Amino acid sequence: MALPADTDAKLAEYAHPERLVTTGWLAQNLGTRGLVVVESDEDVLLYDTGHIPGAVKLDWHTELNDPVTRDYVDGERFAQICAERGISRDSTVVFYGDRNNWWATYALWVFALFGHADVRILDGGRAKWVAEGREMTTEQPKPEVAEYPVVERDDRTLRAFKEDVLAHLGKPLVDVRSPGEYSGELLHMPDYPQEGAVRGGHIPGAASVPWARAAAEDATFKPRAELSAIYEQEQGLSASDDVVAYCRIGERSSHTWFVLTHLLGFEKVRNYDGSWTEWGNSVRVPIVQGPERGTS
Amino acid sequence: MSDLPPALAELVDDFADVGPKDRLQLLLELSQELPDLPERYRDAAATMEQVHECQSPLFLAVEVDDDADHRVHLFFSAPPEAPTTRGFAGIMVTGLDGEPAADVLAVPDDFYTALGLAQAVSPLRLRGMAAMLARIKKQVRSATAA
Repeated sequence: MALPADTDAKLAEYAHPERLVTTGWLAQNLGTRGLVVVESDEDVLLYDTGHIPGAVKLDWHTELNDPVTRDYVDGERFAQICAERGISRDSTVVFYGDRNNWWATYALWVFALFGHADVRILDGGRAKWVAEGREMTTEQPKPEVAEYPVVERDDRTLRAFKEDVLAHLGKPLVDVRSPGEYSGELLHMPDYPQEGAVRGGHIPGAASVPWARAAAEDATFKPRAELSAIYEQEQGLSASDDVVAYCRIGERSSHTWFVLTHLLGFEKVRNYDGSWTEWGNSVRVPIVQGPERGTS
Repeated sequence: MSDLPPALAELVDDFADVGPKDRLQLLLELSQELPDLPERYRDAAATMEQVHECQSPLFLAVEVDDDADHRVHLFFSAPPEAPTTRGFAGIMVTGLDGEPAADVLAVPDDFYTALGLAQAVSPLRLRGMAAMLARIKKQVRSATAA
């Protein structure tokens, strides 16, 4: 019961335009049967201060993560999360959120691990919707509980583990953290609590492309030509490359995963969600410090 | 927690008395009640210290009275689109503003675990609160040492 795609001209340039909707499209389609709008934010309280009418809240920290093992929820829990929000297997799910859709793309990526077919991002996210003065409400929706099947998560296609990355060394890697995290200097800030890794630096050979370079001022994704200039011309990546993206815990890199996969049409991009908090704490894995990529 | 300043101890009790969902609501209310900045801190970036550990931009200023108790006053700047960070700041202001320096310095660094927010907010996000307290203490120490 998928909704028709947004035919906006800017979106049409992307490799998979059906993965995005504009604020105008969403405003027109709100309330349509088969559509569920999901807000996913960095800030766990932001939704409660006001959200798009009818949108449900999904917090990855507290809801998409398994509470004990460092992993995502299993198929059973995922089915519950969806059902409670009125999402069935054939629903069109549009994600939006704060901070350039950083967490929205993360939630979308997790949905993709479970093979949910019709997942889309609201281009510009919460910021653009608010900037345009569109309707917000604090009214909590009460979705009718849906039926969602228990499906097994696919951890091979879109997700990379440490062992996969070790085997991948020498092939394209994209480090989407800030330049300071990439070079390793951010772990040496005096006096303040550290960010959870005992070693600083990056995985050998990784290109440094901070994730937010893909976002425009108004929180929309940059047009395809500008994205291509960054990832293809400047970094020399191409759509047929086998690419692994990572950050600190795999959230910022899911934004880059979305850009490479759905906007530029890369065929094989995996997100390494263990990311620096795993790599930078692992015994005897190779690390490069400083601004150069280095080799493995 | 008997070693906490009374207002902070009361807040901790308020949080402990309710379930996870209501704790979030409490935090939201604190974020809405965070006082506006006085004129002298209007330009936050130039006049205040940034708390980098918070994922959203948060600026902090600490003033210490020039009297026997060295009473501490706290000022925070955080945008409305960062309600969790504002809520953490609200806990600091409600719990610590006006307290003697010695009592602020005596607050255990891990007092926030007693708020029971780890489940509702996630431990990762709570780091911002630990950093806030560490920076407050640091400023109090340097103001009282002078």
